[in-house]
Amino acid sequence: MPLIHRKKPTEKAPQPEEEVLDEGSQHKHHDSKTHKKSNNGIEKVKWSCIDSCCWFIGCVCVTWWFLLFLYNAMPASFPQYVTEAITGPLPDPPGVKLKKEGLKAKHPVVFIPGIVTGGLELWEGKQCADGLFRKRLWGGTFGEVYKRPLCWVEHMSLDNETGLDPAGIRVRAVSGLVAADYFAPGYFVWAVLIANLAHIGYEEKNMYMAAYDWRLSFQNTEVRDQTLSRMKSNIELMVSTNGGKKAVIVPHSMGVLYFLHFMKWVEAPAPMGGGGGPDWCAKHIKAVMNIGGPFLGVPKAVAGLFSAEAKDVAVARAIAPGFLDTDIFRLQTLQHVMRMTRTWDSTMSMLPKGGDTIWGGLDWAPEKGHTCCGKKQKSNETCGAAGENSVSKTKPVNYGRIISFGKEVAEAQPSEIKNIDFRGAVKGQSIPNHTCRDVWTEYHDMGIGGIKAIAEYKVYTTDAVIDLLHYVAPKMMARGSAHFSYGVADDLDDPKYEHPRYWSNPLETKLPNAPEMEIYSLYGVGIPTERAYVYKLNQSPDSCIPFHILTSAHEEDEDSCLKAGVYNVDGDETVPVLSAGFMCAKAWRGKTRFNPSGIKTYIREYNHAPPANLLEGRGTQSGAHVDIMGNFALIEDIMRVATGGNGSDIGLDQVHSGIFEWSDRIDLKL
Amino acid sequence: MFQIPRFRKLCFSDFPTRGLEDTVIQEAKQPTSTVEKPKRRRIRIWSYVDSFFWTIGYLWTAWWLLLFLYHSVPVPALHQAPESPGTRLSREGVKANHPVVLVPGIVTEGLELWEGRPCAQGLFRKRLSGGSFTDIMRRPLCWLEHLSLDSETGLDPPGIRVRAVPGLVAADYLAPCYFAWSVLIENLAKIGYEGKNLHMASYDWRLSFHNTEVRDQSLSRLKSKIELMYVINGYKKVVVVPHSLGAIYFLHFLKWVETPLSHGGGGGGSGWCAKHIKAVVNIGPAFLGIPKAVSNLLSAEGKDIAYARDLAPGYLDSELLKLQTQEHLMEMSRSWDSIVSLLPKGGEAIWGDLDSSAEEGHTCIFPKRKSSQPSLNVLHRQNISVKPVSCVKQPTKYGRIIAFGKRASELPSSELSTLNIKELARVDSTTNGSTSCGEFWSEYNEMSQESIVKVADNTAYTATTVFDLLRFMAPQMMRRAEAHFSHGIADDLDDSKYEHYKYWSNPLETKLPDAPEMEIHCLYGVGIPTERSYIYNLATSSSKCKSSIPFRIDGSVDKDDVCLKGGARFVDGDENVPVISAGFMCAKGWRGKTRFNPSGMETFVREYKHKPPGSLLESRGTESGAHVDIMGNVGLIEDVLRIAAGASGQEIGGDRVYSDVMSMSERMSIRL
Repeated sequence: MPLIHRKKPTEKAPQPEEEVLDEGSQHKHHDSKTHKKSNNGIEKVKWSCIDSCCWFIGCVCVTWWFLLFLYNAMPASFPQYVTEAITGPLPDPPGVKLKKEGLKAKHPVVFIPGIVTGGLELWEGKQCADGLFRKRLWGGTFGEVYKRPLCWVEHMSLDNETGLDPAGIRVRAVSGLVAADYFAPGYFVWAVLIANLAHIGYEEKNMYMAAYDWRLSFQNTEVRDQTLSRMKSNIELMVSTNGGKKAVIVPHSMGVLYFLHFMKWVEAPAPMGGGGGPDWCAKHIKAVMNIGGPFLGVPKAVAGLFSAEAKDVAVARAIAPGFLDTDIFRLQTLQHVMRMTRTWDSTMSMLPKGGDTIWGGLDWAPEKGHTCCGKKQKSNETCGAAGENSVSKTKPVNYGRIISFGKEVAEAQPSEIKNIDFRGAVKGQSIPNHTCRDVWTEYHDMGIGGIKAIAEYKVYTTDAVIDLLHYVAPKMMARGSAHFSYGVADDLDDPKYEHPRYWSNPLETKLPNAPEMEIYSLYGVGIPTERAYVYKLNQSPDSCIPFHILTSAHEEDEDSCLKAGVYNVDGDETVPVLSAGFMCAKAWRGKTRFNPSGIKTYIREYNHAPPANLLEGRGTQSGAHVDIMGNFALIEDIMRVATGGNGSDIGLDQVHSGIFEWSDRIDLKL
Repeated sequence: MFQIPRFRKLCFSDFPTRGLEDTVIQEAKQPTSTVEKPKRRRIRIWSYVDSFFWTIGYLWTAWWLLLFLYHSVPVPALHQAPESPGTRLSREGVKANHPVVLVPGIVTEGLELWEGRPCAQGLFRKRLSGGSFTDIMRRPLCWLEHLSLDSETGLDPPGIRVRAVPGLVAADYLAPCYFAWSVLIENLAKIGYEGKNLHMASYDWRLSFHNTEVRDQSLSRLKSKIELMYVINGYKKVVVVPHSLGAIYFLHFLKWVETPLSHGGGGGGSGWCAKHIKAVVNIGPAFLGIPKAVSNLLSAEGKDIAYARDLAPGYLDSELLKLQTQEHLMEMSRSWDSIVSLLPKGGEAIWGDLDSSAEEGHTCIFPKRKSSQPSLNVLHRQNISVKPVSCVKQPTKYGRIIAFGKRASELPSSELSTLNIKELARVDSTTNGSTSCGEFWSEYNEMSQESIVKVADNTAYTATTVFDLLRFMAPQMMRRAEAHFSHGIADDLDDSKYEHYKYWSNPLETKLPDAPEMEIHCLYGVGIPTERSYIYNLATSSSKCKSSIPFRIDGSVDKDDVCLKGGARFVDGDENVPVISAGFMCAKGWRGKTRFNPSGMETFVREYKHKPPGSLLESRGTESGAHVDIMGNVGLIEDVLRIAAGASGQEIGGDRVYSDVMSMSERMSIRL
C-alpha cells in the first residue's frame, strides 16, 4: 500500500533542500511510485483509492468517538467553568437568587404561548404523511419541511372557506409544558422561565401550559377543540388544589389577545361563552403578566398578509430561506407560504387595531419626533443626545402612513398627495399571470385594473389598510372579519359588543369586574421595530404577488429610521412600544370606560442589551420579542408576583421609552 | 484534553501535501539499505493502526450504504403490514364516541426530575425512567438515589422531586421503540380520537395511591379531567382503560371519588360513577395481587418489577464496582409503597392453603408458547408424545407461596415444622453484622443469624402467613405500607372501618359503586407460564461480608415439568399476573349481585390466547398475550375500540374464556 509508505516522520526532512529539489521531486515521486508498484503488486494499487477512503472515514470516526468520549467523560460543570473563566462569574439565575431569599411557590402559574411558538402535531393525515402520527409538524427540528415540503404545506394549511380542518387532516396542538418550552432544539421559549420557577418549588401541578392551535381564530379553538373550556377547567382545578390561591397568568405575544378573549368568554353566558358568572375572573385570577403583548396589533401583520414579507409571521420562510426561496423545484415557494398563512385566521388578529386614532393619520403619528439610533450606538444617553441634534437635519417620519407607494410619497406633505380612490375601482377581467392559478392568493382574481388602482392610491393609513386588504383579499377578510374587529368602540354598552369577534380587541371590550386583579405589560425596548412600509409595484411576469417592499428605499444617514423600505420605531423587534404599552399606560389606567372596575395596571420595560459574547447564547438581558423570555429581570418580576408580590413590591412602572408622552398624544375618549 | 493534539498528529501529520513531498524526498535521498530496518518497524506499527481505521471506515461505509438503501426502498416493499384494526373499524363506520381515559400501570410510565442533588445536574425535566435509560449506565448510584423514596414517609426525600410525566407521552413508549400504549393510541386516533377526548391519567406509580393525592393531587386532577371530558364531548360517559397496577389504582379512585370530602374523599357524591363512567376496561389487571411481588420484596428477584436489573443484567449484577447492586435495588423497591399493593390479596381463601389451592390439577401445557422459551418447547413436545401423566398424578401445592427447600414444598402439611413467627425475637445483632456492610441500609442487618435459620427451617408460607414473614423480615417497610394497603377479605362490608382509604384498592374489601349501567371488563392474556410460588434456600454468605439478603430463590430446583423451573412454580397467566388474580373478580367475585357488587353491574371476562410472533419482522407480535405486549394485540385493540365507540359488553361477544378460570373460581369458597 503506497499510502502507508508515504507516512513517515517528516521532522528530519531538511527544509532548504526541499526547495532545491522541488523541480525534481515530481519526477522522483513518480519513480518511487512505480517502484512500489512493482513491489506490492498491481491489485493493491487498484485498491488504494477505496482503501484510503475507508481509512479516512475510519480515522474521522475514531477521532469523533474519542472527542465524544472526552466530552461525555467531562464533568457536567465544565462548560460553566470555562464560561466563568472567560466572562467572569455569572449572576445567579433568578430562581437560585430568590430561593436564597426564601421565596416559595405560592400562586399557580398559567402560561399562554403566542403565535408560532407552540408545537403542532399530526393526528390524521393524507397518504404522503405516513408515519408522522403524533410527530411534530411545527416546532422541533422541522425535518419534514425539507423532506416533503408540499405535503407539509398541505397539512399545515386550514380550509380556506371555514378556517377549520381540511377534510381528512387533523393537526392538533401539542399539550403540556413540552408544547412550547423549546421551539426548536436549543432554542428556548418558555424553558428558562420554567426552570427558574421549578427552583422555588413549582412543578407540573401548579404550572400549566395552555397550549392551543394558534392557527385558528380564537372562538374556533373552542368550537373545534374546546380549548377555552379546558383552560377554564384547568384554572379552576389548580386554584382549588392549591388551597384557593388565585392563578397568575403569563401570556406571551398573541397569547395576550387570546387571554383577553378568554376573560370575556369565561364570564359570558353559556351558549357563546363559558358561563363562569360575572365574578369568575375576580375569583380565579390574581394577575395577568403580559409579555410583549401586541394589544393593538403589529404593522408587520399587514406586510405579512399583503405580500408575505413580514419576517416572523412567515417564519417558515426564515427557517429555510435559501431553500424556500429558490425556484429549483418550481415550487413558487413564497406563494405557497403565503397561501398557507392566509388560511390561518389568527394572523388577522394581529392587524393594527384602533385605526387612525391610534396609529396616526396622513400627517401625524403618536411617535412623532422619535429618532432612531444607529445600531452602533449602544448606550441610551448618546442616542438621545444625537437625537436632539439630528432632529433638525432629518425630516420627521410620517409613521401614520403604514403603506406608501414610493419613497417620495412617504415623505411628501399631505396636501401634495392625490389619492385616487381604489375602493370603487373595477378589477378588470384580464389576468396578469396565468401560472399562479393553482396558488390561492386571490391576486389572480383582481386583474390589472385593480392592481393599478391600488398603486395609484399612494398612501394608506391604518383605516385605509384594512379597506385595502378587504379589496385585495376579499375572501380571506370576509372569513377573518367574522372573528375579529379592528375598530374603536363609541359606546361599549352597545349590545353588538357581546359578539365574540370583539372580545380580543381591547378597544371594544371592557375588562372584567375584578378590582383586585392586576395587569402588567412587560416588554422589551431598544430594538428597531417595523412600523411603516414603502412599497412598489412589481411588474416582473414570473411573480404572482404584484407588490413588493421597495428595499432600495434607504437613507444614507446612520440615524435614519428608514431601512430597506421599512420605517422603524422603538420596540421589541416585532411589537412597537405603542401597541404593547398604550393600554396599560393610558386606556386602562385608573377607572376608564375600558376598565370600569379600576384594575391596577403596570408597565415594565426592559432595555435591550445584546449578549456580550457568543458564550452567552441569547443573552440574559435581551429585549427581543422571544429572547426576552430569558431576561433575568423579567423572570424575577414574574417570580415575585407568582410568590405573592404585587405591583408595588416589584417597583411599579419601569419605563425607558417615550410611551407616556406618545400615549398623551392619542386623542381617545376614556 | 492533552491527548487530542497528539492523536491528531498521529492521524493527520503526514497527510498534507508538504509532508508527502518531504517523505518522498527523504526516501529518495537516503540510501535504502540504511533506512530499511527502522522503516520496516515503522510500517508494521502503522499498518495496525491503519487497518484498524480501515476496518472501521469500511464498516461505517457499508452501514451507511445499507441505511441509504433502506430509506430509498419504498415502505410497502419491506413488509406488507396487515391492516390495523383502527383502519378497518373506521371503514366500517365506527366513530369516536365516548371519551377515553388511559390509566398506565407500574413501571410503564415515565418519571422526570424536577429537583435533584448536584450529581443529577443537567437532568432537569429529563426522564429518569421510561426513557432511554442512558443515565442508569452513566451514574447508577445517583439514579438509584433519585428514584428512591423516603423510607420513613414514603414520600419525596428532602431536596429531590421526581414527578410523573404528564400527557400521552407519559407511557406511549416504555423505551425507544418498545411500545406500551402507542399502538392503542394510534388505533384510537384512526377512528377520530385526539387530545380532547383521549387522556392519559399519569400518576407517580411509586407512591401509595392515597399519597398521589396528598402530594400531587393526582386523583383530584383525574376527577376534574373526567368531568371536563364528559362535558365537552356532549355529555357522553367516559370509558376508562387501566392497565396492570392502574386497575387497582382506578378501583381506589372509584371509591375515593364518591367518598365525601370530610372523609378524605373526592366529594363527588354517590352517583358520580353512574353519571360519568360507561365502562372500565381493565387490561391485565392485578386485582388480587401477584406472587411476584413477594419474591421481589423478599429478595429483589421478581423479574420485571425490578426491571432495571433486566435491562442491564450483566452490568448491574457484577460486583466489579462493589455496588452490591441487588441490595441497592431491593432498598429502592422497598421504599416504593406501590409494590406492597401488589402483594397477594385475599389470603388462603383465594391463593390456597398449605394443602390445596384453586389451581390444583392444573396441567402445565403451554402449547402456544413456542419461540420465546425453547427449553419449554422441547419439554412440551416430549410431554405430548408421552402424555403428561406425572403432572396430574401429583398435584402441585401452589398454596405454599414461599417454601424453604423443595422438600418443604411437597411434604404433607402435618410434617412441616410449625413456627409462630410473631414470637421470634428480633435480636439486636449489630455486633455480629460485619461492619463493611454497615453503611448500607437493610433491615436484614438487624436480624440474628439464628432467627433467620429458624425462619427458613423446613417451613412453607401461604398467602396469609407470608405477610408474617414479610413483617418479620422488613418491619419498617410493612409498617409504612400497611397504613396504605390491606390484603384481607372483609367479613362485613358495612363495617365502618372500611371507610378508611387503605381498603379502597382491595376489591375484596370494598363495594363497587352504585352504578348499575356501568360495565367492568377484564381483558388479559393467557397461555404463558406465570410465576405462582417459589422455593427458597438460605443464601451462602459471600466472602466479603454477610450478604444482606439471606434468602435466594433456589434456582437449582428443576423438574421434568414446566410447572417447576428455576425454583418457581408456574401456572397459566400473562407472564406477570396469574389468571386467578386477573379474572376472579370478573368471573365470580363481582358477577351478578354480590356483596362486593351491590348494584349488580355487568362484568365480562375476555381472554386472549398468547401466540408468539411468527417472524422477526413482526417484532412483538399482533397476537401476543404477554402482560405489556398485549397492548399490541389486535383482538384486544378491536374490543377496546368497539367499547369506546359505544358497544356494550354483550355486543362485543360477552365472555371469551380459554383458561379454566371459571372452574377455579367455583372451587373457591368465598361468601358472596
